[in-house]
Amino acid sequence: MRSLRVNKAVTLHLGAIGVLFALQFVLPDYHHVNLARVMVLAGFAMAYNISFGYTGLLSLGHAMFFAAGLYAAGLMARFAGVGAEGGLILGVIAGLAMAVAVGLLALRTTGVSFMIVTLMFAQAAFLTIFYFGEYTRGDEGFIIPSGLRTLFGFSLVEPATRYLVALSLFALCVAVSHGIARSSVGRVLAAIRENEERTRMLGYNVFLYKLAALAISGAMSGAAGAAYGFLFGYVGATFASIQYSIFPLLWVLMGGAATVLGPFAGTLLMFYLVDISSAYTSANMLIVGLALIGLILFFPKGILGTIRERAAPWLP
Amino acid sequence: MDFGPYLLLATLEGAVGAAVLALTALGLALVFGVMRIVNVAHGAFFMLGAIIAWWVADRLGVGSALNFLAALIIAPLAVGAVAVVAERSVLRRLNYNPESTIVATIGLLYVIEQVALMTYGPDARPVVAPWDFRIQLPWFGYSGYKILVIGASIAILLAVWWGLTRTRIGLMMRATQFDSETARAFAIPVDLVYGGVFAFGAMLAAVGAVLVVPIQQAHYLMGTDPLLLSFIVVIVGGLGSLRGTVLAAVIIGLSDGIISVFFTPTLAKIIATLAVATILIVRPRGLFGTRPT
Repeated sequence: MRSLRVNKAVTLHLGAIGVLFALQFVLPDYHHVNLARVMVLAGFAMAYNISFGYTGLLSLGHAMFFAAGLYAAGLMARFAGVGAEGGLILGVIAGLAMAVAVGLLALRTTGVSFMIVTLMFAQAAFLTIFYFGEYTRGDEGFIIPSGLRTLFGFSLVEPATRYLVALSLFALCVAVSHGIARSSVGRVLAAIRENEERTRMLGYNVFLYKLAALAISGAMSGAAGAAYGFLFGYVGATFASIQYSIFPLLWVLMGGAATVLGPFAGTLLMFYLVDISSAYTSANMLIVGLALIGLILFFPKGILGTIRERAAPWLP
Repeated sequence: MDFGPYLLLATLEGAVGAAVLALTALGLALVFGVMRIVNVAHGAFFMLGAIIAWWVADRLGVGSALNFLAALIIAPLAVGAVAVVAERSVLRRLNYNPESTIVATIGLLYVIEQVALMTYGPDARPVVAPWDFRIQLPWFGYSGYKILVIGASIAILLAVWWGLTRTRIGLMMRATQFDSETARAFAIPVDLVYGGVFAFGAMLAAVGAVLVVPIQQAHYLMGTDPLLLSFIVVIVGGLGSLRGTVLAAVIIGLSDGIISVFFTPTLAKIIATLAVATILIVRPRGLFGTRPT
């Protein structure tokens, strides 16, 4: 029974990656770029899902981990001529280091205090980007020179390579999420989410587990940030703003918290919701707002969460 | 200007900020304390209050004092009505689940903001202050209206305190905050209390906004800063402690004014945000919080 369940999940995830792989040959240019973007952002959403969905850590500061990766990669490219290979590694390290540093302090708090402490750290990080405006060019941001945007000799300016790199990152994030969800560590994380006191009483070092979850989440966010910078060539302070801390929360809740593919579904839906509505009105966030209220009223567990509840309890 | 008067000016500006912040944050703290939900749309209610105030003053046009007075009455009532509708149609159906209400109020925030953008437009517009009186200090002249804001805020805070501690409605609210199930068992209409508290919280934000609109213009994105500051104030003050909220508003409002005199604005904000984070890490329940969050 158990192996059947695992196999179903593996098949689903491989199938999803396969469909995304096949889509690149049929999609028109516009949606081709969009989907690459969505896959990278979904990586960020999956990172958020590890701390929020599986562990129950409601952070309002994940933009700082994304931005840490984005700026570590972007600044090193701009001032030291580092390419995508080094940039991605730097991004992961920056996100990881930031998450561990913030986690060591912020995880002393829980619940709403944790929300605010992470929000404050993210806000401080956001303002720091402006403080060093000489190098970061603040809100305006800077472009990563297209000559540096290469990975093992392949140009990331090329749509086809860009799509494949985005897909690889996405697949890697799915694998990590799947691995965690299925592992014993994942079960401890879920136990912490459901009842922290009891988990502590059972002898688990709750603090270390939470720190580990945040560290993995930060590293993944950093990877997504660095990839975003190198794939799309732009680094700006907007990506460190509160909005980019709220986005992953919305994407995850919309797709279904604590599901592996939910964050992707949420990101995709939200992206196209904004995209389509902006064709009709400049107030496109109105549609987003209404969609949010509607979803939370009628599908409070998100898309995949609802499917899991009603039709497919095996969904990871 | 010498250092002394300069500091006095900074303190006065900080006090005006603190006065408005105390009202706004108290609204958030009441909703948070009684209903145990985080109202992300609180800043949007603030903004809505300012915009309705401008609209009332613009349509009425019967002299700045009367315009302002009318706005001070109509804007909070209108905002309260919007809040009641939102509470009954959305939050109540969510059963006040903390996470769901955060998402729903983020949605509400976008809806209010975008409707304001579509109707009121992207411009910033001021409301004329009800009186044009300057208090002449030895070193500089200071707007009399700003002193009025401080006075009005103190009066409203005292009224709320009196209402909470001395009236029957206040008792019901406190009972609901303390233990909503027991309150229900004692025939307190908890459901109505929730609706009322949510509307009242929004109205306090709207009052703060009407007071601020002659100083700072009405704009559809003006709600973000009050929201963030209110959050900080409520958490630093300690959840469930209204006294702590008001005290934290005064401390944060004043220091915000004074720190920005000594440091560049960006560095001042960095220091302030890190200070708030530090307070919470050292005292996770806030300065005056007693109950675990």
